[in-house]
Amino acid sequence: MHIVVCIKQVPDSAQIRVHPVTNTIMRQGVPAIVNPYDLFSLEEALRLKDRFGGKVTMLCMGPPQAEDALRKCISYGADDAVLVTDRAFAGADTLATSYALAAAIRQIAKEQAVDIVFTGKQTIDGDTAQVGPGIAKRMGLQLLTYVSKIVETDLDARTIIVERRAEGGVQVLKTALPCLVTMLENTNELRFATLPSMIHAAGFPVRKWNREQAGIEDVSRIGLKGSPTVVSKVFGPTPRSEKAEMLELDTSSLRDVSLNLLQKIFTRHPTLEADLLMKGTS
Amino acid sequence: MKKPSQFDAIVVGAGPSGNAAAYLMAKAGLKVLQIERGEYPGSKNVQGAILYAKALEEIIPDFREDAPLERHIIEQRMWMLDDTSFVGTHVRSDDYNKPPYNRYTIIRAQFDKWFSSKVREAGGLLICETTVNHLIMDGDQVVGVQCDREQGDVYADVVILADGVNSTLARKAGFHGEIEARNVALAVKEILFMPEETIRQRFNIGEEEGVVIEMVGRITDGMMGTGFLYTNKESLTIGVGCMLSDFKKNPNRTSPYVLLEQMKHHPSIAPLIAGGEMKEYCAHLIPEGGFNAVPQVYGHGWMIVGDSGGFVNAAHREGSNLAMTTGRLAAETVIAAKAAGRGYRANALSPYKAALDDSFVMKDLHKYRDMPDILHRNPQFFTTYPDLLANAARTMITVDGVDKKTKKREVMSSFRQRRSLSGLVGDAYKLWRAFR
Amino acid sequence: MNAPTVPDRKPAAPARRAGGRNLELPEHLKAYKGVWVFLEHDLGHVHSVSWELLGEARKLADKLGSDVAVAVLGGPDEPLEQFAAEAFGFGADKAYVMHDPVLLGYRNEPFTKGLTDLVNRYQPEILLLGATSMGRDLAGSVATTLATGLTADCTELNIDPASRALAATRPTFGGSLLCTIMTLAYRPQMATVRPRVMAMPQAQAGRAGEIVQETLGLVETAIVTKLLDFIADANSNRINLPYADVIVSGGKGLKNPENFRLVFELARVLGGEVGATRPCVQAGWVDAERQVGQTGKTVRPKLYIAAGISGAIQHRVGMESSDVIVAINTDANAPIFDFAHYGIVGNALQVLPALTQAFADHLALRGKAAA
Repeated sequence: MHIVVCIKQVPDSAQIRVHPVTNTIMRQGVPAIVNPYDLFSLEEALRLKDRFGGKVTMLCMGPPQAEDALRKCISYGADDAVLVTDRAFAGADTLATSYALAAAIRQIAKEQAVDIVFTGKQTIDGDTAQVGPGIAKRMGLQLLTYVSKIVETDLDARTIIVERRAEGGVQVLKTALPCLVTMLENTNELRFATLPSMIHAAGFPVRKWNREQAGIEDVSRIGLKGSPTVVSKVFGPTPRSEKAEMLELDTSSLRDVSLNLLQKIFTRHPTLEADLLMKGTS
Repeated sequence: MKKPSQFDAIVVGAGPSGNAAAYLMAKAGLKVLQIERGEYPGSKNVQGAILYAKALEEIIPDFREDAPLERHIIEQRMWMLDDTSFVGTHVRSDDYNKPPYNRYTIIRAQFDKWFSSKVREAGGLLICETTVNHLIMDGDQVVGVQCDREQGDVYADVVILADGVNSTLARKAGFHGEIEARNVALAVKEILFMPEETIRQRFNIGEEEGVVIEMVGRITDGMMGTGFLYTNKESLTIGVGCMLSDFKKNPNRTSPYVLLEQMKHHPSIAPLIAGGEMKEYCAHLIPEGGFNAVPQVYGHGWMIVGDSGGFVNAAHREGSNLAMTTGRLAAETVIAAKAAGRGYRANALSPYKAALDDSFVMKDLHKYRDMPDILHRNPQFFTTYPDLLANAARTMITVDGVDKKTKKREVMSSFRQRRSLSGLVGDAYKLWRAFR
Repeated sequence: MNAPTVPDRKPAAPARRAGGRNLELPEHLKAYKGVWVFLEHDLGHVHSVSWELLGEARKLADKLGSDVAVAVLGGPDEPLEQFAAEAFGFGADKAYVMHDPVLLGYRNEPFTKGLTDLVNRYQPEILLLGATSMGRDLAGSVATTLATGLTADCTELNIDPASRALAATRPTFGGSLLCTIMTLAYRPQMATVRPRVMAMPQAQAGRAGEIVQETLGLVETAIVTKLLDFIADANSNRINLPYADVIVSGGKGLKNPENFRLVFELARVLGGEVGATRPCVQAGWVDAERQVGQTGKTVRPKLYIAAGISGAIQHRVGMESSDVIVAINTDANAPIFDFAHYGIVGNALQVLPALTQAFADHLALRGKAAA
């Protein structure tokens, strides 16, 4: 079995801060991490490898330092890693990204046919969830998103059955390999890397491809040129003009403050009191 | 049964001392594995931070080309503060503006990452998020380390302990005892974001120039310690540290964080940091025991470098340069031992100690060996004197119709009252002895 | 959603330069007109997010002087025409309806083909979908098939007066900043919006529109993915946070999970739901379904009471459209007081029970009076 897992290296957004006055993003020392959603897909891929044997190849489109993210995945047990890195990719939106990744996967498949492509559900810096569906469309792969469980994989029959989270319930879908899967978060728990695999990853020769090696011929489809969406501006949220009306606790009793607050709320929202009363009686 | 070595050397820790050692050994062609417990090199490290260029030059001569440096220091201010004022000395010279610069402010998270990338470029292998639990012994010889991961044993000819002030490895192996509270300081610091333009104007410096302010006095609430304020490119670092033993003894139970808050509100300091937005807060222990607290630093198959060996010159607030130098000397010892091919018993590694003794590291520590003790036993340097000096200065400077001779008598009498003549003489002697 | 005015202040980062690419709309794409909404439906009713989008679509179309249409796909017996009629009431002018056996139950392949065929045939300039499991699955495939731009999880949709293009605003850099994204040289401009971010529009009775029936042209045997089953979630204990009209929320300021019972108690008296901040969910204090915020649910209740919540931007964007926001926090400088309507600087552990008692007493009194 040959599985390709696509990851993205993202800034740890929990640690990004914005200066309130100048609106500059303070990214000093913010560590770059593997997009957390991708790790659920990675773990699922490794579990399939544990069961069926075979190979897991990591793929990432990014700047040179994204190599660290790929190494991390090797330490968890992936077998190979390809970093597609080229200045020509800069400024790519999701359409251009899925184009580049699809081309790279085709190159990888030339060495060994690919059975499943995994991507993360979405990224924490983009949230779009578009790259997975984009790759599937370009490669003619059956698309399975929001997968909560891989129920059955039959390599001989070349079929796969999954549970997919939908509104109000779970769909059970069966489709053919090769396919593209995005895993829902918290559907599995990532294993710990052993020391030997950490050491192995530390010295692992991550393959680096520029756009030619990635099999990309049409440069108008990648990077800024290949991106239909344009960021026209970045700005800070407008602060509200009125701050909260504060109710002082030290001058009145808690009871009085509470009753006062109620009066204010009901005055401000005329129908609320009636709604609450209705709930009480129903 | 001893397993064969997978590596020539294992370095535990990816701070300045570990990076220095790993870098030089890897460059010399040795197989090096570096093990860091933090998420990335520098994540567990805290420093002021000032980089003393000389020590790094001896490891990476052209570090200025791509190392992340904030500002080079052109002005040093030393302040003695009481509650409302300070008496200080400023030293500023354009000589400091002549490259190559001698001192820089740095931000450790970025600096350590850079230094670590150099190690990897040189061929060293680095793994992070991995803690070494203990050393693996074969009889009395260290032959490897055991880590907190599955299949966590790895073997090497030499293990260099660069695991910082809180090192448990050496202690567990019996190489030295517990760190004592009197030999360690607890320091806290904040990095405050501030636009470059503001920094330039407030501190009267150019784009790449920096100021360092070192402070003693009331800011440490009677405890033995110092405060500091450094200018980075777009931020200020402000911090304070005191002896851990003093924190414990302090009747007010003042916590380090409270100390820092008070310091930030001091009327002389507050205007300098006004408008700064805190973007990082951290705390760390600093070895302060000096010469007398340096443990055994080598043995059969092992060496200690950096904070782990207590190599900090508290009098001059130098630590990272000693760390890097000890790392370098340890690396050179290993490289020589490998070339000599006669194993790694203590006698093969003893040149490390000899090199240390011969270098500024032990020479400086020796010179200031009495200082920690003297200062411990003479808290008046952190309480009475700042008060007296500030008062004296105020008295002399204030123009209020009192003639100068009277003022001078007042000042002298205030000193004598607080300290008595013999006390003053004794203090002068002690200071002389401490800094001799 | 309260529309923050587009700020007069200068943007923090300059707009990207063309970089050699074409930012002019090609001639043949200028014919694309109309604002479309994909109607997501399930089990006999339309998902509210589609109506919320329809409200926005109407505003956009009015600015452009265009029509609003909905695209609704489903099985032969599904009440799609009824959905269309509802859509007209919410402001749609047209409905493109596609019945087909293979469209019974959502699958990526037939729905992608159906929607892209409709788009290629009728050429809307804007296409909006809800950012739900179905919407995101479909939007990514459709956008790639049409080779056009897609902006996800938008918090605001506008028309840029100069270019007449869709200006889609969404959070960026972990939610600390906002960015406006446009698709200038491609059509249709696609955007997804999460449920409850936009307000539910008012339905207008008696509003009519035109239904256009279309065919899909796919046979089941040609479709590789099969829908074997649908397992509905158990209905009991379902937390319906996004549509609750009273929410009492707790944050880390409550100090420990046990104190959440005070939040539950107040919610009970008010007949409301309980929400929480992400740190509480991550700490395992409450169910993930209760998370309000950028990576959780967006809510717009009549009353939102925030206890022990600092008001960081990631939480704020999930609830700032609430009609009345009351904040309780021991820190007078907590950012939540910048956008709440009423604030109490105090300990939630004391204030919550007091409020609970006050509400209970008041409602009991008024209830008796009404009876």
